[in-house]
Amino acid sequence: MMPPYLLQEMAQLTGEHFVLVLSSMAIAVAAGLPLGILLTRRASLRTPLLGFANIMQTIPSLALFGFLIPIPFIGGIGKRTAIVALVLYALLPILRNTLAGILGVDVAVRESAIAMGLTGRQLLWEVELPLAAPTIIAGVRIATVTTIGTATIAAAIGGGGLGVFIFRGIASVDTTQILAGAIPAALLALLSDGGFSWIERRFSLS
Amino acid sequence: MAVRRKSLGSSLSPATALEFRGVSYRVGGNLILDDLSFQIEPGRTLILLGRSGSGKTTALKMLNGLLFPSNGQILVENRATTDWDLIQLRRSIGYVIQEVGLFPHFTIGENVGLVPRLQGWPPDRVAARVAELLAQVGLEPSQFLNRYPRQLSGGQRQRVGVARALAAEPKLLLFDEPFGALDPVTRVELQDQFLELRDRLRKTSIFVTHDVREALRLGTEIALLHRGRLEVLTTPDEFVKSEGPEARAFLSTL
Repeated sequence: MMPPYLLQEMAQLTGEHFVLVLSSMAIAVAAGLPLGILLTRRASLRTPLLGFANIMQTIPSLALFGFLIPIPFIGGIGKRTAIVALVLYALLPILRNTLAGILGVDVAVRESAIAMGLTGRQLLWEVELPLAAPTIIAGVRIATVTTIGTATIAAAIGGGGLGVFIFRGIASVDTTQILAGAIPAALLALLSDGGFSWIERRFSLS
Repeated sequence: MAVRRKSLGSSLSPATALEFRGVSYRVGGNLILDDLSFQIEPGRTLILLGRSGSGKTTALKMLNGLLFPSNGQILVENRATTDWDLIQLRRSIGYVIQEVGLFPHFTIGENVGLVPRLQGWPPDRVAARVAELLAQVGLEPSQFLNRYPRQLSGGQRQRVGVARALAAEPKLLLFDEPFGALDPVTRVELQDQFLELRDRLRKTSIFVTHDVREALRLGTEIALLHRGRLEVLTTPDEFVKSEGPEARAFLSTL
């Protein structure tokens, strides 16, 4: 069974992990949503921006964390670097789903909105965003669940979180330590997945 | 005659609701509209009749500034569409399309009340207007107000589309094959409703169709478009006597 000191550390690292994921997702949504909306208005930016986000996704996560360390201002050892990496990972699903959600709005609906005299802003807030909401939320959901997993690697560059257990467990060949990191991470992922699927249902029409 | 072909340069009568003045529209190398000129007086219902690709929908979309002429001018109430505040122009024109285009996330009441709300009407006036309009198009307000578009039949949705177009008391109504996707029985019901509203409200209307039967039934004037040109513009009674080949081709479908 788990010794009490482990439980205490588990609570602390789960908290750290949660904060890591929450800050990364907050930044990723704050950047990804407006950028995604911008992409619906400027088709010429789609290829470069989505290409960038795509490339970020293909870099193995451990390598991306490593690449960031020598970069000034955003790099170095610690939480900040970890958050930068996690944001870069989370960006693609949010960008892509925002774009797909808004472009997926029925042409007839958009045309009648314009013909009825909605301004650009009203079109966005009254029609496009509400109709794209389920798709956008699905993107945030995917990004969050992946980020919870990827955030365990943050420990490799001193970012803290549940990865601390996993790396320590691997180094000392201690399954209990690995599980102390993996189980709460998996539970966090399941919980947020469930939460988002509830929100998604509330926003969808049928 | 209420509508006539109009030559350039003659003075405008103040009673002109709208006018096409030498309008051409080009996309790439294709001439979609070719030097279209005509005018309509208030309260009339002009049918734009033509085959697919004749330019009738293009002509319609120029009236509410969804498209602008490559050459020439469109005048709505004696003012070129390019000189209008587009948002105000569009809010003063009701627009009904075949796909209806109701907002799926809005209730029927919210759909019909949208433009009045955006125009800043107080909520109780919007609500009263919505109820009045739903009743006018034959939908019991208490029954339909809080339903969503997906819970309605095609014919009911199109009735809501008409109510929505009328909501902000527009000066002009545009219809783009509104009844084209309906079954024949429902179509005739909606045509009857259209005639009833036409004669009661006397709003200037432009109605696009490729169905000559519908054109003869609903129009006070019929404009026949062929390859972007105006072939004939006359009353339904005169139209049936037209001798032009395109008019004959349409009349032979009767």
